[in-house]
Amino acid sequence: MNKKTYSIPIGPVHPSLEEPMTFNFEIYGERIEKVYLAPGDNHRGIEFMGRQRNPIQIIYLAERICGICSASHPFAFCQAVENAAGIEVPERGQYIRVIIAELERIHSHILWAGIAGHELGFDSVLYISWRAREEVLDLLEYLTGNRINYGVFMIGGVRRDISEEQIPRIRKTLEYYKDVYGKIEDIFLKDPTIALRTKNVGVLTKEDALRLCAVGPTTRASGIKKDVRQDQPYSAYADLEVKAITPDVFSGEINGDVYDRIIVRLLELVQSIQIIEQCLENMPSGEIVAEKKLVKLLNQLKKAKGEGIGRHEAPRGEVFHYVKLAEAEVPEIWKARAPTYNNLMPWAPMLLGEQIADIPIVVASTDPCIACMDRVTILNKANGRKDVLTKKDLHELSVQKTRRITP
Amino acid sequence: MEYMKPEEIIELFKEKFNESITNSRIEIKTAGSKKNSYSLIWLEIELKVFKEAVKLLCTIQFPHFAIISDNDTGEEVKLTYHFSLYYGERFKEISLNITTNLPKNNLKMPTITDLIPGAQTSEREMKEMMGITFENLPDLPNVFLPIDFSKDVFPFRKDEKGVYPLSKNGKHIGGNIIDNEEEVKKVE
Repeated sequence: MNKKTYSIPIGPVHPSLEEPMTFNFEIYGERIEKVYLAPGDNHRGIEFMGRQRNPIQIIYLAERICGICSASHPFAFCQAVENAAGIEVPERGQYIRVIIAELERIHSHILWAGIAGHELGFDSVLYISWRAREEVLDLLEYLTGNRINYGVFMIGGVRRDISEEQIPRIRKTLEYYKDVYGKIEDIFLKDPTIALRTKNVGVLTKEDALRLCAVGPTTRASGIKKDVRQDQPYSAYADLEVKAITPDVFSGEINGDVYDRIIVRLLELVQSIQIIEQCLENMPSGEIVAEKKLVKLLNQLKKAKGEGIGRHEAPRGEVFHYVKLAEAEVPEIWKARAPTYNNLMPWAPMLLGEQIADIPIVVASTDPCIACMDRVTILNKANGRKDVLTKKDLHELSVQKTRRITP
Repeated sequence: MEYMKPEEIIELFKEKFNESITNSRIEIKTAGSKKNSYSLIWLEIELKVFKEAVKLLCTIQFPHFAIISDNDTGEEVKLTYHFSLYYGERFKEISLNITTNLPKNNLKMPTITDLIPGAQTSEREMKEMMGITFENLPDLPNVFLPIDFSKDVFPFRKDEKGVYPLSKNGKHIGGNIIDNEEEVKKVE
């Protein structure tokens, strides 16, 4: 029998996520046979721009690599410059960095939970979770002045202190999340529909996760206990108890499917709350930044020579920055790597053998910082006819599948 | 499991490759108020033993590969492969950065995707951005640059094949595109 496959390109633009990305699928009936990834539609040449700017200017550029990870990139970048130039961050500065980074994780994971609900056609979950996310965004605005792009990081420390009066407000938010967590867990982990759509879907085996160098919750859900905060604790994480979370803590088994990725992210919400509480209890007093005068700092960096790496466990996984200073105004090299870069290849084994209707949730399950699925062109090779599936149509397919398999 | 110390790892490499290891150093970093520490290893090795070195690395533990960073120094292209070893336990992870130099007239590198498949994206990035040929890497379309992007321009290069022209001492001239020689002289 002639086994005819169809090719379906998905992407490159999707209005609800941040970055565009194209997927090309070979489909046999409903089943995905081959996956080709074609990112790069949103390459803005940020590293190239950075190589013409001084390190302090790059912080603001790094902050804008991603709107959601706007604490993670400057965190890693500042560490890389500090390592290259031999700058020590004051202890209080290290604690404030961690608090901001963990608040970012809370908002990022809840944002993801909402998107996952939406992709399954469970829109009330989207509204409930994004309502819950507002609380942490308000807190971030209260602490830093901005809901995103916090502008807190500076080479050698942070730009804003957390005062005694602000601490009760932080505790109030943490209490709010402790209350609301039970509800979120109930919706995601005990709902039969979500379990039906996510269990044994988009499986990434432990072996594949290792071979393809996956990072963050994507690799932890496959049973690899890998977390930079645990393996190579930097900043205040060195004082705190952080353990990589794998799904067996909750369910007793590791399948590496979409459901396991949900478990890991939800448990990390609780972990973030605990980390912030530990930080508030043990926060040392003192300076928040090594050098307050920016002109002096720039001069110091201009004379510095050396190379350094900065790693930070962002909500999506390890962020990696490499900086080489060579006694010049601008760094000789700045290399930035976001977690989705490493989580690109694991998509292929996850998507193979799944159905078209599973594409949205499987793609969303790695929490990509890349967007897609705006429009789909189905090209019928036999007659050359093109059918365009919009984002709406694809979403509709996903919703229909949820309805179809729900008893 | 058995964890090797950073010194032992360097010793292992030196034992096998002798003079091909041109440079090695260990960096110790501390963090937090308890000043706990972790280590980084920087190795510089000759191109001819590079693949063997990655093979040796894979025998210690399957390493996590982060990215390749590039540096066009004029005569040569420096590639640094960033790995990390040992995960799963606090303070045990060691970052390992292996640098190798490629002469400009022969930008060929052995692929490591047969050992670490996850390195493919990064190798393809280097191919597009630096014009490096990876031997035995399947010829796949561009990842980051548009498919119809010129095959003679490599954005991360700092020589005549880069995006902007260079000054005499091989440095970029700001972020502006300068097309004629007179203006280049004016800037200098």
